[in-house]
Amino acid sequence: MAMTMHVDVVSAEELIYSGTAEFVSAPAEKGEIGILPRHAPLLSRIRPGALRIKPANSNDPDVVLYVSGGLLEVQPHVVTVLADTAIRGADIDEAKARDAKARAEEALKGKSGAMDFALAQAELLEAVAKLAVLEKLKKRGH
Amino acid sequence: MAGGKEIRTKIKSVKNTQKITRAMEMVATSKMRKAQERMRSARPYGEKIRNVAAHLAVALVDYAHPFLQKRDTVKRVGLITVTSDKGLCGGLNTNALRLALSMMKQWHQAGREVAVTAIGNKGFGFMSRNGAKVVSSITGLGDAPHLEQLVGPIKVMVDAYIAGEVDEVHLVYTKFINTMKQEPVVEQLLPLSGEAFGQPEHGYNWEYLYEPDPKTVIDELMTRYLEALVYQAVAENMASENAARMVAMKAATDNADKVIGNLQLLYNKTRQAAITKELSEICAGAAAV
Repeated sequence: MAMTMHVDVVSAEELIYSGTAEFVSAPAEKGEIGILPRHAPLLSRIRPGALRIKPANSNDPDVVLYVSGGLLEVQPHVVTVLADTAIRGADIDEAKARDAKARAEEALKGKSGAMDFALAQAELLEAVAKLAVLEKLKKRGH
Repeated sequence: MAGGKEIRTKIKSVKNTQKITRAMEMVATSKMRKAQERMRSARPYGEKIRNVAAHLAVALVDYAHPFLQKRDTVKRVGLITVTSDKGLCGGLNTNALRLALSMMKQWHQAGREVAVTAIGNKGFGFMSRNGAKVVSSITGLGDAPHLEQLVGPIKVMVDAYIAGEVDEVHLVYTKFINTMKQEPVVEQLLPLSGEAFGQPEHGYNWEYLYEPDPKTVIDELMTRYLEALVYQAVAENMASENAARMVAMKAATDNADKVIGNLQLLYNKTRQAAITKELSEICAGAAAV
């Protein structure tokens, strides 16, 4: 039997995927990476994109998941993806923080904040990545 | 004694109220189940992230993250209060806020300033009424809270912590023990205690490869860990809220039954008295003729 590793994909709100796999490809910070069992320990930020998991049972079809970012931990036989449920980025987080502050101040006084540009940009990035996943899925369908 | 008609109207009005409380009880029951489910499904993330952090603690000794460093003097304290948006859930918010208030009093006596982040309408209203310094807030989370909504308010507090504006951050929420029992608790968020991470599972101690670099990755990990803790608290609070509401509404429905019973008795007595009175009047009238 081929070597396998355990893969968990979790987000703060739910467990998305858990199982054994023989190959995982993920959109890491510096580009797409492929992970096979016994990969060197790695800790990376991941970008919005497709996560492809090849299950240990070769009869099962590949699992393609969309992730909007997060962190990836690789241990020789365990891969953990801590997926974000939301679009993240330093400037977006910053805008959200400002928003939360403004909300408190305004509610204390008795109006609404904005975080338009950064969010729009990130949303676009996400939409593009989502499309790419769909494309991939479609191709495999035929 | 009130007339028959007034009593009948009153019975009807109580019955209407009872219908509402019964409906609310049923709604709360179904929402509680979903909230409990959500609370459970949030757990794996917390556990995983804790594992990763534990691996890191072993792998990386030389970089001490500010979240893990205890400060010698605590001058200002941050408090995050998690409460519900809506009322009619028994003593839930009152208990949590009373606990928060007693903590704040303690801190004030120790000469520490308090900054508050309010999650939930009730806590926000309470804190602003009490003249507390509310630095950020989020209200109207709805039935399904999303982490996205919490990022901003938490960041305000975390930034304040990193900038040294607050030296400790605490979290107040209501812990869900079971359907009948919920308990307000205070937990220290920052600085994180090292023991919270426990020991890594299998004692790996390999050096990690980092992308893009260790500091960035660790910073992000820590931020997410904190957010996961707060999200967990919000999810738990929501389960507590619905459980408390369910119990409160059940009590209200039962009380309405009692009130209706008493009013019905009164109504019957009044009716009987009126008939007796009428009969005796007729008899007296007949005798007089």
